[in-house]
Amino acid sequence: MIGMVDTGLALLILGLAVWAIAARDTFAAVVGFVAYGLLLTLIWVRLHAVDVALTEGAIGGGLTGALLIGAAARLRATEAAALSERPGVALRTLAAVLSAGVTAALAVCVLALPVPAPTLAHEAAAHVAATGVGNPIPAVLLAFRAMDTLLEAIVLLFALVGVWSLAPDRAWGGRPGPRHHADPNGMLAYIARVLPPIGIIVGAYIFWVGADYPGGKFQGATILAAMWLLVMMSGLSDAPPIRKTWLRVGLVAGPLVFIAIGFVGAAAAGAFLAYPEGYAKPLIIVIEFALMPSLALTLGLLLAGAPQRLEE
Amino acid sequence: MSAIADLWTILAVSAGAFFFFAGTVGLLRFPDTFTRLHALTKADNLGVGLVVLGLLPRSGGVLAGLKLVSIWLLVLLSGSAVSQLIARCARERGPRA
Repeated sequence: MIGMVDTGLALLILGLAVWAIAARDTFAAVVGFVAYGLLLTLIWVRLHAVDVALTEGAIGGGLTGALLIGAAARLRATEAAALSERPGVALRTLAAVLSAGVTAALAVCVLALPVPAPTLAHEAAAHVAATGVGNPIPAVLLAFRAMDTLLEAIVLLFALVGVWSLAPDRAWGGRPGPRHHADPNGMLAYIARVLPPIGIIVGAYIFWVGADYPGGKFQGATILAAMWLLVMMSGLSDAPPIRKTWLRVGLVAGPLVFIAIGFVGAAAAGAFLAYPEGYAKPLIIVIEFALMPSLALTLGLLLAGAPQRLEE
Repeated sequence: MSAIADLWTILAVSAGAFFFFAGTVGLLRFPDTFTRLHALTKADNLGVGLVVLGLLPRSGGVLAGLKLVSIWLLVLLSGSAVSQLIARCARERGPRA
């Protein structure tokens, strides 16, 4: 019975993947992609990887989906023209061959992996207790692979700089995206008033339980960013101008604290990002607390888009 | 006692699944946006509600049960709000099948 459910899920997600690629309409393809992300979340749950499932649901399905919907809305005006410019047979064949080649290469690599796969899981699990964190995922992400997590936080900042660099010169330093006006007594404004208090509590809860159960700063920050976006989109509050000092300080504060603690480790424990004996858990908590608001700001601004207008 | 709880779970989750099925049929078969939304929101509200009610005896604690119920309430809130928004959008753009 359970096997049937899993097989059904796998078939469904393959079908959706093909459909998202084959759909001619951009918006339809995006909707297919979001549904694909949600199904992928279910599959991660079935694999008992709840942390990955949460991240996939929040970032893969939710945040990326919202970004793509925004892109599809921008492309709508030119979509008919783009569809009429059908590339030639040679180009399409070349694209198909290239895509099939990449897929085949990936398949060969995955199939050629040794069985059982080389793993550090046992060693990591044996030393989780030394970090004092109950959930092995943050223990690995913030102690054994702290460098990866640091770079991950920084790469998001680079992505934001990339988005901002698309701003026209006259709007540089201004507010991102269009000014949203919704009916102040309408449904969007209502939900933007009711939902954020709940969302902030859920986000903080997911962040806090991350120490011992699935959850963490990325998932929590995504929920906070979503609440912020809801308030911006309902017109209740405008996006902040990107030249504001508090905004820029907030964006870099988390990674800066992370780097500073890394250097403290270099001085006190002999290696960059090493934690002195007995201080692992408090330092991890400090890093998580510092990263969470920065991540929420970064993700929210990433979705808000490039600055488009100076003060009106 | 556990047999009664099991029976309750089976009955309520099956009823929830029926509402999802009916909602999906409605989504595929109804003629315009408004009737399709009508079918879909019934499936969301009652379907999720019944599934949550059915799972309550199995949640293994008051806190977990409360989380399940709050998920239902959040689905109610977001589902009704989003269907209002879609309906308003559809009304402003005029009838289109």
